[in-house]
Amino acid sequence: MIGEPATPSGPFAHTANTVQRTMFMVLLALTPATLFNLYLFGWPAILLFAVTVGACVVAEAACLVLAGKPVSATLSDGSAILTGWLLAMTLPPWAPWWIGVLGAMFAIPLAKHAFGGLGQNLFNPAMVARVALLVSFPVVMTAWVAPHPLFTTGSPTLNEAMTITFAGETPDGVTAATALGYVKTELSRGIPVSESLQEYGRSSALTYAPDLMDLATGFKPGSLGETSAGLILLGGIFLLWRRVITWHIPVMMIGTLFVMGTLFNAFDPTRFAPGFFHILSGSAILGAFFIATDYVTSPVTQKGQLVFGFGVGLLTWVIRTFAGYPEGMAFAVLLMNSLTPIIDQYTRPRMFGRTRKGEPLPVEGQR
Amino acid sequence: MKLFPIRGGIHPQYRKELTGDCAIEALPLPNRLYIPLQQHIGVPAEVLVSEGDLVSKGQVIARRQGPVSVNQHAPTSGRVAAVTEIPAPHPSGLPQPTIVIEPDGADTWGTLAEPITDPFAVDAQTIEARVAECGIVGMGGAGFPSAVKLNLGIRHRIETLLINGAECEPYLTCDDRVMREHADEVIDGARIMAHALHAPKIVVAIEENKPQALAIMTAAAQAHTNMEVVAVPAKYPMGSERHLTLAITGRETPARKLTADLGVVVHNVATARAVHHAVRHGRPLVARVVTVSGQAMRTPKNVEAPIGATVSDLIAFCGGFAQRPERLVQGGPMMGALLPGTDVPVVKSTSGILALTAEEINDRPADPCVRCGSCVAICACGLVPVEIAAHVRHDDLEGAARLGLMDCVSCGSCSWVCPSHIPLVHYFNYAKGALNAQERERRKSERTKTLVEARAARVERIAAQRAANLARKPKAAVGAEEVGA
Repeated sequence: MIGEPATPSGPFAHTANTVQRTMFMVLLALTPATLFNLYLFGWPAILLFAVTVGACVVAEAACLVLAGKPVSATLSDGSAILTGWLLAMTLPPWAPWWIGVLGAMFAIPLAKHAFGGLGQNLFNPAMVARVALLVSFPVVMTAWVAPHPLFTTGSPTLNEAMTITFAGETPDGVTAATALGYVKTELSRGIPVSESLQEYGRSSALTYAPDLMDLATGFKPGSLGETSAGLILLGGIFLLWRRVITWHIPVMMIGTLFVMGTLFNAFDPTRFAPGFFHILSGSAILGAFFIATDYVTSPVTQKGQLVFGFGVGLLTWVIRTFAGYPEGMAFAVLLMNSLTPIIDQYTRPRMFGRTRKGEPLPVEGQR
Repeated sequence: MKLFPIRGGIHPQYRKELTGDCAIEALPLPNRLYIPLQQHIGVPAEVLVSEGDLVSKGQVIARRQGPVSVNQHAPTSGRVAAVTEIPAPHPSGLPQPTIVIEPDGADTWGTLAEPITDPFAVDAQTIEARVAECGIVGMGGAGFPSAVKLNLGIRHRIETLLINGAECEPYLTCDDRVMREHADEVIDGARIMAHALHAPKIVVAIEENKPQALAIMTAAAQAHTNMEVVAVPAKYPMGSERHLTLAITGRETPARKLTADLGVVVHNVATARAVHHAVRHGRPLVARVVTVSGQAMRTPKNVEAPIGATVSDLIAFCGGFAQRPERLVQGGPMMGALLPGTDVPVVKSTSGILALTAEEINDRPADPCVRCGSCVAICACGLVPVEIAAHVRHDDLEGAARLGLMDCVSCGSCSWVCPSHIPLVHYFNYAKGALNAQERERRKSERTKTLVEARAARVERIAAQRAANLARKPKAAVGAEEVGA
């Protein structure tokens, strides 16, 4: 067995990058979209966000104590905060507190530490939690609310928010459907997608036209952090610019989703939603830049990342279109997570001086 | 010239500005010089002198043993103070046979080999013999006997002599300064080597972060139509022989083969200059330019030091330490090795002496791998370091070998880039060592097996022969034997 070098070994120069810095960059990139959505959904969302992140950090600390690992050093890597943050962003904004706490229990002890902690988990912890919650509590997990921006009439005060979050008493008349959910329900009633797309918005609590612009800016019902495709994209571009992530997964995932949507929409607009609708609604952009790109659970090779991104995009479209759930990103990510080891194995780069099969290259032109 | 991309690579902080503008300064003769018998890859040289002998500068004091070995020469005139063992300039610091010389201060050359006035009129063997006689090794850091590499023209058809002025290691500027201050000597040495190799073409590759060297070398090469000076991207490990060959020729050296199999031989710029001295002036390799740098060094410099000067001599010449260095390194920071102390000598392959601060090294305890894939993206050899490391950690060396462990050039890029600061290249070097040891062990037991089998066969043969002889003996004798029994 080999451990740390006994005598200091080279190289005697290292990048300034650290795991902690990487996590911090991701949190920074999430901040604009998060702040916007906390504003959009008001105090209940702020409380749920705090509960979820807090529960993840407490769960992480407890797991580290139980595993006999250094607590403060590991906590400061920021990975538990990030997991909690991402999980919170995929929850219905006015969900009760125990959704956040239970989610943290799924994400941290079950999906992360049962596998051996940071870097060892096969599945994305936040998505494990989201899917476990969704299949266990389908009603609570699909109770969307219309936007209630802070400091506007109708936005709950802090006191009212306490009742919503901690007593689970959602006031009447605030619920609304997400675009994806609405289209799906209407389609099951026999109303063509093209028509329900026009109708959506007029039927929700706020009266606004459901055009692509609104989907992009984020003034719409949806999960706690996913509604503003524009701000999430901004964060994603920041991560690309800072080289925290590479383009492979996001471009392939969004591209695949768009192409599938556009192709099938052209084929039958009454049954299939258009490409732009797909990429701008639900958690497509959030998933593409922040969830599918999770280092631990995605392939390490760039070719593998292309395959992975393609798979997530395709499965998201398939689940959204044919399955019972309106949104399929989380399922798609988990399914592709399970394929990550095998994708890595089959997409290894060609070794220098060797063929794809690993045989030495033939010596050409030598006499 | 069209360049070809190499896979991966990193852009470390080069810190070449510390010494890039420092002209080469000669080190004053130290009180004692320590010349190890082995300063190269291969067999150590054999001592020719004993304590008390007077030697002149350039005199052979240790004779090479076989082809993969080089002569050692007295770097100055003086008296042999001792033939003893001192710590080697190797992280282990193990004692190594060394000749100690007390300079007399006169620094007088002895009788040197006759200068070859027209090297292009003599045959390859003459040049190769001269290079061997003058004790020249690869001065880029590897220390492989250069004459052996000049021999490659015999068995291979060499099309290009590639002069490596990439100097991709951070900090080091000794090759840069040699090119800027001695361009004509480098180019002459390169032409002589090309002649010995029967190489019709010479390409000098210099990283684009050395604009002055590029300009000076280009101007100096102008007179020679078969010579081209090329700027290559500043990207580590561009100076790796195989990768530089790929960048220049677009051809990839097959695994387990040499660049010579593609018709390319690579030599370092300082080696070319040493060849010029050996051939044109008969002077052996007795001094080299060393970059003394690092932020813990008070006045970083490029020092031309006699072989055998101690690291402490060079540090003193550079004003000592500005602060306590965290690490003392010889060579560059990427592939260089820890110095066991300051009493070890500068040898023919010492390109740099670095006194580094903790802030420069920026090492920290390893965190768990988060599978970010950076090591995969930057590996110039197309390996998956994260996976190889996983196999090594579980002592599955065969598994690591299947993933290309032995193709790793130990450039250290993966260790550099790892955000978790996992000492990946340390794992690989450990595993390579263990695999090589296993291989030696396997060969040994195979050899033993063949010997045992051969013996058994021999014993059997002898027994059979004896039985046959016995059967052929005349009846009488048999009868006699029976009687005797």
